[in-house]
Amino acid sequence: MSHLHQHVPPALRAISAVFGAILIALTLALTLGATSAVAQTTPTPEPTADFTETYTVGGIIRDDDTPLEGVEVEVEGEGFSEIGVTGDDGRWSVNLPAQGEYTATLLPETLPDGVAPRDPDNITRDVNLGTTNTVNVLFPTGAGTQVTSNILDTILTRLVYGLNFGLLLALGAIGISLIYGTTKLNNFAHGEMVTFGGVMFLLFGTTLNWPLIPAVLVTLALSAFVGYAQDAWLLKPLRNKGTGLVQVMIVTIGLSILVRYLFLFFIGGSTQTLDTGITNTVTVGPVTITVASLVSMGISIVILILVGLFLTRTRIGKATRAVSDNASLAAASGINVDRIIRIVWILAATLTGLSGILYGVFRQVNWSMGFQILLLLFAAVTLGGLGSAFGALVGALIIGVVTEVSTVWIPNDLRYAVALLILILVLLVRPQGVLGRKERVG
Amino acid sequence: MDWGQIFNSAAGELLSPVTAAYALAAIGISVHFGYAGLLNFGQAGFMAVGAYAFVVPTLLFDFPMWAGMLSAIAASVIFAFLLGIPTLRLRADYLAIVTIASAEIVRYIVSTTGLTDITGGAAGLSGFNGGFTALNPFPPGSYGFGPWTYTANQLWVRVFGWSIVILAAILVYLLMRSPWGRVVKGIREDEDAVRSLGKNVYGYKMQALVLGGVLGALGGVVYVLPRAVQPSNYGTTLTFFIWTMLLLGGAATVFGPIIGAMIFAVLLTLSDSILRGAIDAGIITFISGTQAGQVRFMIIGLVLMLLVIFRPQGIFGNKKELSFNV
Repeated sequence: MSHLHQHVPPALRAISAVFGAILIALTLALTLGATSAVAQTTPTPEPTADFTETYTVGGIIRDDDTPLEGVEVEVEGEGFSEIGVTGDDGRWSVNLPAQGEYTATLLPETLPDGVAPRDPDNITRDVNLGTTNTVNVLFPTGAGTQVTSNILDTILTRLVYGLNFGLLLALGAIGISLIYGTTKLNNFAHGEMVTFGGVMFLLFGTTLNWPLIPAVLVTLALSAFVGYAQDAWLLKPLRNKGTGLVQVMIVTIGLSILVRYLFLFFIGGSTQTLDTGITNTVTVGPVTITVASLVSMGISIVILILVGLFLTRTRIGKATRAVSDNASLAAASGINVDRIIRIVWILAATLTGLSGILYGVFRQVNWSMGFQILLLLFAAVTLGGLGSAFGALVGALIIGVVTEVSTVWIPNDLRYAVALLILILVLLVRPQGVLGRKERVG
Repeated sequence: MDWGQIFNSAAGELLSPVTAAYALAAIGISVHFGYAGLLNFGQAGFMAVGAYAFVVPTLLFDFPMWAGMLSAIAASVIFAFLLGIPTLRLRADYLAIVTIASAEIVRYIVSTTGLTDITGGAAGLSGFNGGFTALNPFPPGSYGFGPWTYTANQLWVRVFGWSIVILAAILVYLLMRSPWGRVVKGIREDEDAVRSLGKNVYGYKMQALVLGGVLGALGGVVYVLPRAVQPSNYGTTLTFFIWTMLLLGGAATVFGPIIGAMIFAVLLTLSDSILRGAIDAGIITFISGTQAGQVRFMIIGLVLMLLVIFRPQGIFGNKKELSFNV
C-alpha cells in the first residue's frame, strides 16, 4: 500500500506515524480515563515547569522515602496567608494570588511522632515568586528517626532499596545498550519509553481498574509496538537515507521533547500513585520492604536472566551480539542486520516499558519520570561499557545502590549528582567502563 | 484576538536580553559543534556556572561588575577543563554524556538545600543587579519606538547584552578565518589527518571547548542581569533549546546562531500568544491555557526533528560543511 503515499517524503511520514500512534494511545487514555481519573489523582501543584499561568508554591515532605500525610505548611506574604496540608503522597501546594515575596513555614507540631525537621531552627523559607510561577520548597525531615536507628541498619535498608532501583534501571539500561550496540545510536528518547510504560500501566491498572496481569501485559504489548514503530517508521528510513549518527541522535532529542510534552498535555503535571493492590510490608532483620518491591525485584531478576539466556543461547541472541561486534561482518556472514535491529528495538522497548511499570510502583508516575532517570540510564550504560548488555546490568546496579546508599551521608537532593560524579570519575580511570573492551581513541 | 498586541510582543522578543543570552550560548555551541565537531550537551551547565559565578561573589563579597564578569569567565574555563580532561581523548559520544551529566550535577549542587546560604537553594538569588544598573550611561527617560520602547535600564541591559553578542560573533568570525580556525575545522573533518600533520589535536579541542564554554557563561550572565537567578532554568531542556536555535540558523556560520535565537524567541512568543488569544476568543475550546503553553514545546520538538531530517544545515549553513560524522 506504500504506493498510495509516495508523494510524501518517507521521513515526514515516519514522524507523523509515530506522532499519530502516540496521540491515539493518549487520546484513548484521556477519554477512557476522564471519568474515573478525578477520584484517583491526588491534589498536586502545577507542573514544576515555569510556563504556566498560575503561581504556586509547594513541595514534598517525607521521611526518607515515606511521604508524610497531614503535615501543615503556612504560607504568608503580600497580605495573604494560607495553610497547605500534605496529601497521602506527601505533597502540599498553595496557590498564590500574585508574584511577590512570601514565606513558607513548616509547622513542626503537625509532623508525625518520631519525625523532626532535620534543622529545627531553620523551618521558614523565603519564597520569591519573581520570574517563575512555581516554587518548590524543601523541608528535610527525619532527624528524629535517625537518632534512634543505628547507622548499619539504615545502610542495609538503603542497600535493599538501591538493589531494587538498580534492577529496574538495568531493564531500561539494557535496552539502551542493545540499541547502542547494534546501531551505535545514543537514543535520547529512551526516557520517554520508560514514561510510556508507567503512564500506560497507570491508565489500565489504576484508572481503568483492570486486574494486574492483563494491565501489565497490555502495557508491555503497547511498549513493544512503540519500539517497532520507532524503528520501522522513523529510524530505518533515516538509516536508509544515510543520515549521520549525530543527526539521528538530535532527531531523538526532538522526539523526546515532543513526546514528553504530549504526556504533559494529556496527563497533566501532577504526580500519581500506582495502585497495584499490594501494600503489605515484610520485615527481614532491620529491613522493612513492601511486598510490591520484593515482587518487582523478583520480576527484574527473572527477566534479566531470560535476556541473558536469550543473548547467549539462542540463534537470534547470538546474531544480535554479532551485529554489535561488527555489523558489516555480520551482514557478510548472512545475518539480516535490519531484522536483528528491528528485534532489538522491540525487545528494548518492552524491557524499558517494564522498567517504567516497576519505576512507577517504586516511586510514582508523572509526565517526566523517564526523562529524570534518562541520565542515570546513560550513566549505567557508560559505566558498564558502551554497548555491552552485561556491562549495563553491572552499571545499573552500581548506580542504583550508590544513589540510595549515599543518602545516608549526603542530602537527598544530591543523590543523582553523586551517581553522575562517579560516572565521570570512572571515565577518568577506566574509560572503556567496567566491562567494556579497551579501545584506543586519540 | 488582538493581533497588534501579539505581533508587538513577538517583535519585542527579537531584541530582548533573553534572546541575546540564548544567542551567546548558541554561538558557544556553534564553536563546539559546528567548527570543532564537539558534542557539548551541557551548555546549560556553562550558563549556570557563569550566572552563579557572577551572582554569588557579587552578593557575598560585593564584587564590582567587572570582577563578577571575570569570575564568571574564570569559573567557566575551569569547568571546561574539568569536562575536557577526562573526555576529549575518548570517542565523541562520551563527551556528550559527560557534559550533559556535568550540567545536571551543577544544577543539583546549586539547588540543594544544604547550600541555601550561598546559592539560595531552589528559590535562587536576586538583588545583585545594583552594580550593573549603576554603570548605566543612559539618562532616565524613554527610548526607541513601537514595540522597542524602553526605559533607560531596559535599554542599557539590551545594549550591553547585544554588544557582547556582536563582539562574540566578530571574535568567532576572525578566529575561524585564522590558522587556528582551519586546524579546528580540520579536526572536525578528520581528526587523524590533522594528527598526522603533527598538530596537538587534544590541545586544539580543549581550546575550542574553553572558548565555547566562556561564551556560554557570558550568555548565563546576560540572562540573569535583568532578573533573578533560578536553578530550575538550567535543566537539560535549556541545552536542547539552544541546540534547536543553533540548528535553525545553521551551525558553523557566524550569523546562524544569532538569527536562530531570534527566530526561536519570536516563534515561541507568537505561537503562545496566538494559541492563548484563540482560546480567549473562544476559537479553540478543547485545550486550556496551560495546555497551550505545552503545545509550543511540542512544536519545538517537531521543528527540531524536521530540521535535522530535511535541512540539517539550517537557514544559513552549507550542507557540505555539516555532512561530517562525529
